[in-house]
Amino acid sequence: MEYIPNIIFILLLVAGIGYFASNIKKIIRNVKLGKEVDRSDRKGERFAQMARIALGQSKMVKRPIAGFLHIIVYVGFVIINIEVLEIIIDGITGSHRIFAPYLGGVYDFLIATFEILALLVLITVVVFWIRRNALNIKRFTMGELKGWPKNDANYILYFEVVLMSLFLIMNATDFILQTRGVEGYAHAGEIFGSFPVSQFVAIPFESMADGTLIAIERTAWWLHIAGILVFLNYLYWSKHLHIMLAFPNVYFAKLTPQGKFTNMEAVTKEVKMMMDPDADPFAAPDPNEMEEDPASLGAADIFDLNQVQLLNAYTCTECGRCTSECPANITGKKLSPRKIMIDTRDRLEEVGSIINKEGEWKDDGKTLLNDYITTEELWACTTCNACVEACPIGIDPLSIIMEMRRYLVLENSAAPSELNVTMGNIENNGAPWPYNQMDRLNWANE
Amino acid sequence: MSNNLVVPTAAEFIAQGKQPEVLFWVGCSGSFDDRAKKITKAFVKLLNKAGVEFAVLGAEESCTGDPAKRAGNEFLFQMQAMMNIEVLNGYEIKNIVTACPHCFNTLKNEYPELGGNYEVVHHTQFLKSLIADGRLKIEGGKFKGKKITYHDPCYLGRANNEYEAPRELLEKLDVALVEMKRSRRNGLCCGAGGAQMFKEPEPGNKDINIERTDEAIDTGADIIAAGCPFCNTMMTDGVKAAEKEEKIEVLDIAELIANAEDL
Repeated sequence: MEYIPNIIFILLLVAGIGYFASNIKKIIRNVKLGKEVDRSDRKGERFAQMARIALGQSKMVKRPIAGFLHIIVYVGFVIINIEVLEIIIDGITGSHRIFAPYLGGVYDFLIATFEILALLVLITVVVFWIRRNALNIKRFTMGELKGWPKNDANYILYFEVVLMSLFLIMNATDFILQTRGVEGYAHAGEIFGSFPVSQFVAIPFESMADGTLIAIERTAWWLHIAGILVFLNYLYWSKHLHIMLAFPNVYFAKLTPQGKFTNMEAVTKEVKMMMDPDADPFAAPDPNEMEEDPASLGAADIFDLNQVQLLNAYTCTECGRCTSECPANITGKKLSPRKIMIDTRDRLEEVGSIINKEGEWKDDGKTLLNDYITTEELWACTTCNACVEACPIGIDPLSIIMEMRRYLVLENSAAPSELNVTMGNIENNGAPWPYNQMDRLNWANE
Repeated sequence: MSNNLVVPTAAEFIAQGKQPEVLFWVGCSGSFDDRAKKITKAFVKLLNKAGVEFAVLGAEESCTGDPAKRAGNEFLFQMQAMMNIEVLNGYEIKNIVTACPHCFNTLKNEYPELGGNYEVVHHTQFLKSLIADGRLKIEGGKFKGKKITYHDPCYLGRANNEYEAPRELLEKLDVALVEMKRSRRNGLCCGAGGAQMFKEPEPGNKDINIERTDEAIDTGADIIAAGCPFCNTMMTDGVKAAEKEEKIEVLDIAELIANAEDL
């Protein structure tokens, strides 16, 4: 009988981590719906970039207030997880504060650090909530956040409040039980841990009986670890996935100059053939090439995007820094780079859920283009790279916009009419305006 | 306008059995747009003054294909690129300078994969190196002490990380450089990129060039310095819309340097 809590704990842990792993598998499967893209080069630079931007948060602090607040929560999250490791070992073995005897004074220091961080996280989360719900900051109130994105953001904050509170209540009651020398908590007159914050949280609990305190301590302990497992599983549905995906996302981000757009190999082949005077236009196509899928040019749906672009969509934290820097959005156009990312993820999830249900992809008659992203949004982009620059975790909304423009022009011939005129001019006169190429040097004699 | 510009073509160089030191890629704006032609001439004056043995392609030059590529027409872009590469490689061109950041970006970043490998620099980078080599001297001249703000072209700045060359040139003119709130990495686009130059903007509540020009006007600058013919057009239109054309001039860095010495 005495092992029942240990068994329950292990079952809880296995179920929590197992379900999360199955969802991660789905994410990987969904990302692989995209085209392969080779980002296996320049590994050293990629690691350095990941260390600087993801681990070091270098782009977060470009906005000092939000950046500073975010670092508190980030550091709190990472550091407090050391305590979670102890909680897991305690839970499995039935021990109590198993690290304490080995670490001595260091343990006191660690617990004190966790407590101070927990308090800072609590304060920060309250500020975040106020910024998001009361201060009317445009990037948090825009239309594209209505519904799930807004709720999601708030749920995350509530989760953190609950987890931090449980952690402090657990410590507070534990502290009282230790000082009272209650069995199971006492350590031969020694107090394990130092409780700079929870000694104050403890005040209202001090008059309670041992039994009540044990019940509260155990409840807080169990709810805390259960809460962590629930939160872990919540990630799959949330923008909070970034706490893991930001790292691979920054690692795989584009390293070439931002102005360099991808070259379309399929087009190069065609153009080379057209320009080759020896090419036989009536020649039978190479049988090897016949076997290849006649892939469409550009992107109409998530299948046409590459895997890094789909990873981008899962990584997006919907902070809206991209949109608040976008010249089109600032001047009231419909384009919002954040919405491009949200739409891409929503469509990817929609496709994924069909695969979950049917066992394979069945065309649902919808596409990312038109059903989610309109041409008006796509044609508002100036390709200025402000969104790419603004993203603190290396997301590239512009590359998705460009792929969709390519689809519109190359597959549907659906460019805005003025651009068709421009392109006609380039084709005929070698300039976007209707001037004669032979007059190109006239300026020298004017 | 009296004209003593020396503008040899690559064909003339070849005819004399010589190689130009650098090819000046003029670009469509620089060749045909009345405002941009002035930038072209100002830059040529500086090249002539520094004794640079440059050539232009003249009628053999064609659009780099930048607007086509940004509009999504990869096919037309590659057609243009391959034709231009054929011409450039035919003349065995190694170095290119251009006053248009769009041409600069395309030639530098997007031609190599199609067989065009050149050292490509923006004219502000080129002018900076001429000064560093002692081939060109610039002094304050008539812009000394004037309040100037510099607008970062997206395709020079964010796209290719060049923020300092234009600013260093302005500092050489002893001007009082004032920065807009959004500058360098955070610079706001003028609204012309991505082929927007050639179409009406999508529906919104303001034009991007107005937003940007207002920001430049707010610095209290007498002159808005630009490094891109498209930005120049957009900012000039913005100044007109604000009815400030009497007070504020929009000038390319090359024009500022050439005008400073009344070239």
